[in-house]
Amino acid sequence: MTATVPPKAPTFLGLPTAPRGVGHLRGDQSFPDAARGALRDGQLRANLGHATSTIRGKRAKVVGELPDWAQLREAGRALKAATMARLDEHLEELERQVTARGGVVHWARDANEANEIVTRLVQATGTSEVVKVKSMATQEIGLNEALEAAGLDVFETDLAELIVQLGEDSPSHILVPAIHKNRAEIREIFARTIPGVDPELTDDPRQLAMAARTHLRERFLRARVAVSGANFAVAETGTLTVVESEGNGRMCLTLPETLITVMGIEKVVPTWRDLEVFLQLLPRSSTGERMNPYTSTWAGVTPGDGPQEFHLVLLDNGRTGVLADEVGREALHCIRCSACLNVCPVYERAGGHSYGSVYPGPIGAVLSPMLTGVEDNASLPYASSLCGACYDVCPVAIDIPSILVHLRAEHVEAQERPTAEAVAFRGLARVMSHPRLWHLAQRASRLGRLIARGRPTLPNALPPPISGWTRSRDLPTPPKETFVESWVREHGS
Amino acid sequence: MKVALFATCLVDTLTPSVARATATLLQRLGHEVVVPPGQSCCGQMHVNTGYRREAVPIVANHVRAFAGAEAIVAPSGSCVASIHHQQAAVARRAGEHRLAEEAEELAGRTYELSQFLVDVLGVTDVGAYYPHRVTYHPTCHSLRLLKVGEAPLHLLRAVRGLELVELPGAEQCCGFGGTFAVKNADTSTAMLTDKMANVLGTHAEVCTAGDASCLMHIGGGLSRLRAGTRTVHLAEILASTEEAVTPDQTTKPAVSA
Repeated sequence: MTATVPPKAPTFLGLPTAPRGVGHLRGDQSFPDAARGALRDGQLRANLGHATSTIRGKRAKVVGELPDWAQLREAGRALKAATMARLDEHLEELERQVTARGGVVHWARDANEANEIVTRLVQATGTSEVVKVKSMATQEIGLNEALEAAGLDVFETDLAELIVQLGEDSPSHILVPAIHKNRAEIREIFARTIPGVDPELTDDPRQLAMAARTHLRERFLRARVAVSGANFAVAETGTLTVVESEGNGRMCLTLPETLITVMGIEKVVPTWRDLEVFLQLLPRSSTGERMNPYTSTWAGVTPGDGPQEFHLVLLDNGRTGVLADEVGREALHCIRCSACLNVCPVYERAGGHSYGSVYPGPIGAVLSPMLTGVEDNASLPYASSLCGACYDVCPVAIDIPSILVHLRAEHVEAQERPTAEAVAFRGLARVMSHPRLWHLAQRASRLGRLIARGRPTLPNALPPPISGWTRSRDLPTPPKETFVESWVREHGS
Repeated sequence: MKVALFATCLVDTLTPSVARATATLLQRLGHEVVVPPGQSCCGQMHVNTGYRREAVPIVANHVRAFAGAEAIVAPSGSCVASIHHQQAAVARRAGEHRLAEEAEELAGRTYELSQFLVDVLGVTDVGAYYPHRVTYHPTCHSLRLLKVGEAPLHLLRAVRGLELVELPGAEQCCGFGGTFAVKNADTSTAMLTDKMANVLGTHAEVCTAGDASCLMHIGGGLSRLRAGTRTVHLAEILASTEEAVTPDQTTKPAVSA
């Protein structure tokens, strides 16, 4: 009898594959359904169109200033690719260095585990309030909801996150979570929700910022625990980095006694020198600035200075699964600059909430289905016209259109029973690969001439899926003869 | 040169005048045009909708139809982009390595019309006459995947009688995107609405581009609006001459240059 070999846990590049991502990565509607509502909202479209075109212009200007942008972009891409190829080693090095400097490293396989770890750490401090630095990882895992469910009060300190939190809304942009709100709407939220706010508050940006500042200052001075994300983590020194514009993050990183950082495992960079590249690519791509107003770095704890307790939660939540996909792996290179959102014509019109996930726009359309498994976010890979503007602006050259097409194929190939569409496409493929059948099919398309009854366009009342076209566009009536037919008739074959 | 014309499935079936114009233009420039009758489609629609396995026999047919051609020209940026960027990749993925090599080799001889004229033949003035106010929409695949750059603009600027007006927001997608226009019909329509507003704002009589598919989308929208502006493929403008103006063009007053 031969000994049976126990099935090995699936691994890739030295990392065990964690369960699929959970948390705020799925919507309860498909993209086309969710977009329908957003498209009808004229105010939303005006807000988004204005904001994205402003950021687009700023980005183009500061990127244009750098003669070596193409080389920087290539350096960023190459650094990310090299890091991903040995991610396990870099993460182990990061853990060693953080631990050596007095920090504690926790590994979370998914959102639930990460939330449990953070909740437990906060509860251990005996406090009931947490201040937060804006972070996509904690949005992804739904940390605020988890902490609130445990009876803790969570205060967002980033201005845009504060607007979203006070408005009981959800973020719709990676960098500008309240991009869908204009000044007048923000004034209304502040006037309604900030205790003791000046009733004379106008929608002047300075006045709004000052109102938020007064409100937040009190929270900073009171807080004993802060939760942050990280833009980068340097493996060789165990250094964490947060870049931001307002300084609220730095308050959170320095004032409280305990600091808990939640970070996706893909954020590690091997060496301190690598930051040189990313700290140029990120601000120019994201906010259209030459450098970030605030760049904070810290490593472990220093007695008598800053937080005396530091915890780093390394989050997988589907990332090792993405890493195992040779085409999609590139999506993990994302540095969350959101340049792709600001140039995407689909995002600009359908808005961030239509994507259902905390990651909207082109990068969200690839990252979310990869983290959750494509079947859970099946409409997102199709939420793109494949115009390629996202690939053009991506500072680390993620080929988003190719990944979208790859995911569409994964979705189609995973279907157990053939859909009507699959039957049609398979039939068409057979026809298109046999010239004789193709010419017969082209002739059959002329039946449209009967429906058109001499008019230059087909009638609007055609069945689905053609109705998706004719609802807003006229479809031309097929001509009497194809080009190839007429050519063969005149010239012979 | 002996040029094989790839009409593309859409042009061949729905807008044969575009392929006809391409052939006329190339012949007028002194080239011999052949039309391989076995041609059908490049496979782009299948690949982009997720049917990459199904695209393999379509690629095989394309490679078979154009085997031995010296140069292949198509009046479509997106089909040529698919030939350059997708055909070999889907064949290789399916384990069809020989086909992948053949497709790669064929892609090296395949050109989008404006690129062929400007970059290969070195011609910008093709002797065309088109007395209309025209705006140019650079389609996404021509612009970003193929990087045709200024080639179509150089060609249009050399057309006698033609007044070229700049299209605001030219580089924004028109919202076609193949099956995107059907699967995400509402978002596609929102994108088209903005594109049409920009086109109509130029007061051009004609909106042109190097892709019949995008023009079918924009033209279909303009037709629905009963807007006066028409869409005309770049090949048809370049094929027009003073000797061969259509009755439609002679009745319209020439716009002063």
